[in-house]
Amino acid sequence: MNAYTIQLSDKGTIAVDDTILVKGVQAGAGSRILEGFKPLFSAEAVTRLENKGYIISGKTHVGEFGLDLAGEFSYYGEKEEELGGAAARLVSEGTVKAAIGVDLNGSPRRCAALSGIDFLKPTYGTVSRYGIISCAASGEQMGVYAGNVEGIKEIMDVIAGHDEKDGTSLKEESYDYSTGIAVAGKKVCIVRELLENAEEDVRRHVEAYGEQLRKNGVVVEEVSCDIFDTANTAWQILMTAETCNNVSRYDGVKFGYRAAEYRNIDELYVNTRTEGFNFLTKAVILYGSDVLSKNRYDACYGKSLKVRRVVAEKFEELMKGYDAVLTPVCSKTAYRAYDIREAFEKVFRESVFTSMANLIGIPALVSGKVQLMGKQFSESVLLSLAGIAERVGE
Amino acid sequence: MVIGLETHVELSTRSKIFCSCGGHSAAKEPNDCVCPACSGMPGMLPVMNKRVVELAVTAGLMLNCDINRYTTFDKKNYYYPDLPCAYQITQLNHPICTNGCVTLKTASGERDIHIKQIHMEEDAGKLVHIGRASYIDFNRTSVPLIEIVTQPDFRSAEEVLVYLNKLKSMFRSGGISECEEGAMRCDVNISVRPEGSTEYGVRTEIKNMASFEAIERAIRYEAQRHIDAIEFETEKLVQETRRFDDVSGKTFAMRNKETEADYRYFPDANLMPVIIDDAWLEEIKAAKPVAVDEKADFYREAGISEKEIEMLIHNHKVSETLDKVVSLGCDAKNAAGWLLTDCAGILRKNGKLLGDLEICPEDLAAIIKMVDNGQVNRMSGRKILTAVIETGADPVAYCKENALDARVDISTIESVMDNVFKENAKAVEDYKNGKVKAKQALFGACMKALKNTADTAVIRELLEDKLNRC
Ligand SMILES: [Zn+2]
Repeated sequence: MNAYTIQLSDKGTIAVDDTILVKGVQAGAGSRILEGFKPLFSAEAVTRLENKGYIISGKTHVGEFGLDLAGEFSYYGEKEEELGGAAARLVSEGTVKAAIGVDLNGSPRRCAALSGIDFLKPTYGTVSRYGIISCAASGEQMGVYAGNVEGIKEIMDVIAGHDEKDGTSLKEESYDYSTGIAVAGKKVCIVRELLENAEEDVRRHVEAYGEQLRKNGVVVEEVSCDIFDTANTAWQILMTAETCNNVSRYDGVKFGYRAAEYRNIDELYVNTRTEGFNFLTKAVILYGSDVLSKNRYDACYGKSLKVRRVVAEKFEELMKGYDAVLTPVCSKTAYRAYDIREAFEKVFRESVFTSMANLIGIPALVSGKVQLMGKQFSESVLLSLAGIAERVGE
Repeated sequence: MVIGLETHVELSTRSKIFCSCGGHSAAKEPNDCVCPACSGMPGMLPVMNKRVVELAVTAGLMLNCDINRYTTFDKKNYYYPDLPCAYQITQLNHPICTNGCVTLKTASGERDIHIKQIHMEEDAGKLVHIGRASYIDFNRTSVPLIEIVTQPDFRSAEEVLVYLNKLKSMFRSGGISECEEGAMRCDVNISVRPEGSTEYGVRTEIKNMASFEAIERAIRYEAQRHIDAIEFETEKLVQETRRFDDVSGKTFAMRNKETEADYRYFPDANLMPVIIDDAWLEEIKAAKPVAVDEKADFYREAGISEKEIEMLIHNHKVSETLDKVVSLGCDAKNAAGWLLTDCAGILRKNGKLLGDLEICPEDLAAIIKMVDNGQVNRMSGRKILTAVIETGADPVAYCKENALDARVDISTIESVMDNVFKENAKAVEDYKNGKVKAKQALFGACMKALKNTADTAVIRELLEDKLNRC
């Protein structure tokens, strides 16, 4: 296999997931289809970090286009028995100070939970998407991996804020990422339906985390809320459709991988894409192309757009009574390697915890192996809640 | 015969629709005007070019459309090597303009053509085939287009041509598009029905024709094919997409694969909806140039000839210069002469065309005024104009440096004339003997002695006077 190695500088402090461009450094998004592609420019976040004196120490493997559970299906990475994702591992080992990654379908959040570090998927539109290998423009978002909430704040302060090169970038120049606002009296809910989707030890862990918050004066209540399943289905439909569309540019004509054998343009397309994409991406392409097809559009894609609006309203309704939602991130405490033919189903099922944040653009913070979600721009509340728990842990 | 048209017009913007590359008209070599965005590289995001919206709205206003204040973009999916992202960004659900109408005057009377919609979209690149190899040129990729879709309101090929010519002159004078060869492409929907019938016949669509001549020939051929099929049962008509072959003058059915594709349209999440608020719309309205018809009427009233009006309407830049010169206080007819005779002549001498004219209206107005108030004569005026066009000279400075001022004092002229009379005693003699032509020679000699700068009317008068006295 023609894997490319990650160069780590010992001075380095920030690792960059391979779905994010660094000028002149091969960007593969974990996929053979981009083999040999060297971008002409860096992502806005990378430029901002470099301008502040941070050193980009290397690129970290991701599962192909970030579609998998936790980085297990990279064309370039080593196969591993226990999943965890390269960036999260480097952060947890202390090799790098922090890392940046793209949250398309929950993978970085799951990686962070498996490694016991933090990952913030911020509010949609707060960090420029310029320079990420885009799959689903309407919900993917760059975020930060770090060892604790202070690390998250430090990097977010650098990378967040308006960028005119991204039409979806919000106009504000900066946002509040305070980690120490008073949390006593804040209200957090645990969604019963999501707990039921997780295994016993995960459930107990989430409840223990809630107990920890309670000890610090936070009101923690269990609620019933049925919108997470619906949100997951809608996001899987939108995400696969948009991904199918965005990866159609990888056709062997312009850059990246091209099949060695072909007799005409159709064969060039078919052979390149057959050899260049892995089984999971192909499944996503098929699914995504189906939900966009003429006779399925209204029932699938069109309906999901409507569901997105309804879910957003219902979530807002829920948040009238609470400051944050506390949920599991993964159904298990660890994932073992598995056959890629099971991946589409597996990812679909596990994304029930993560899809909400992608679908409606709200912030989601993974810390202490749980997830805290809140309404848009509520990052400082989430960081402060997690900060309390982290400080107790020390 | 019932015809509907879809016309693609390339907009005259400095940059492409979603990136800052220059349009392909600026390109010298293939792939000159290409960046990571318009070549489909990952990481780049489309950023809306505001000017495209403004030109599309201006076109909509000219065609009396409703301007939709909320307009969105969609992606149209298909694979072709000249389409770098494998999708085209276009507008399906919320086009920028709808419900327009334009009235045509033809030999057989007036007809209203209703405009269903105008939408914005990006162009594709170009494939170049050399031998067995194919090359891709992305210069045209993402060049902004508007597509104007009419209702099936045309009843003859003639009406279609009148409409297209009207669009062309409207868009040129409006600065919307230069409408050069290939910058206006048409799809024609056509059906035929027996006279008196209200039901439409089977409709066929002829795709992608770039010349008016081809469009006319294609319509005539296709209509006849339909008539033959209906009247003489030569073939069974089916609803299909066809292409026109320029060489044979016939239309041919296109393969199903090309026509029955499911484009899987869906909203483009990279582009936020464009909201046109009142202030912006007013700004666009204020900047909208006067409609061609109104403009032509103005020129006609000023006494400009029909031929010159045609020239002006078709050379948008020239008519814009004229309007500015007039606003600076010059007479329209006179100024039109300067532009269409003098400027055109000077350009021609330099191997250029009227369309290449680059002159600052203030400079031209200054020259015209210098001539009008007798500061320089007509000939010097043209000399200054030549210098301005050829070398970008400043008219006032040039006049001074070259001593072209006609306001020479009378005593100087008289002494020059005395000299001329002495040196041309024979001509003076001839004149006295009734040879009227001799006066012209004396006039020429005087002008020459005054380096051709003097006011010719003054010289004529003084010369007449002097001859009568001797
Ligand atoms: Zn470009």
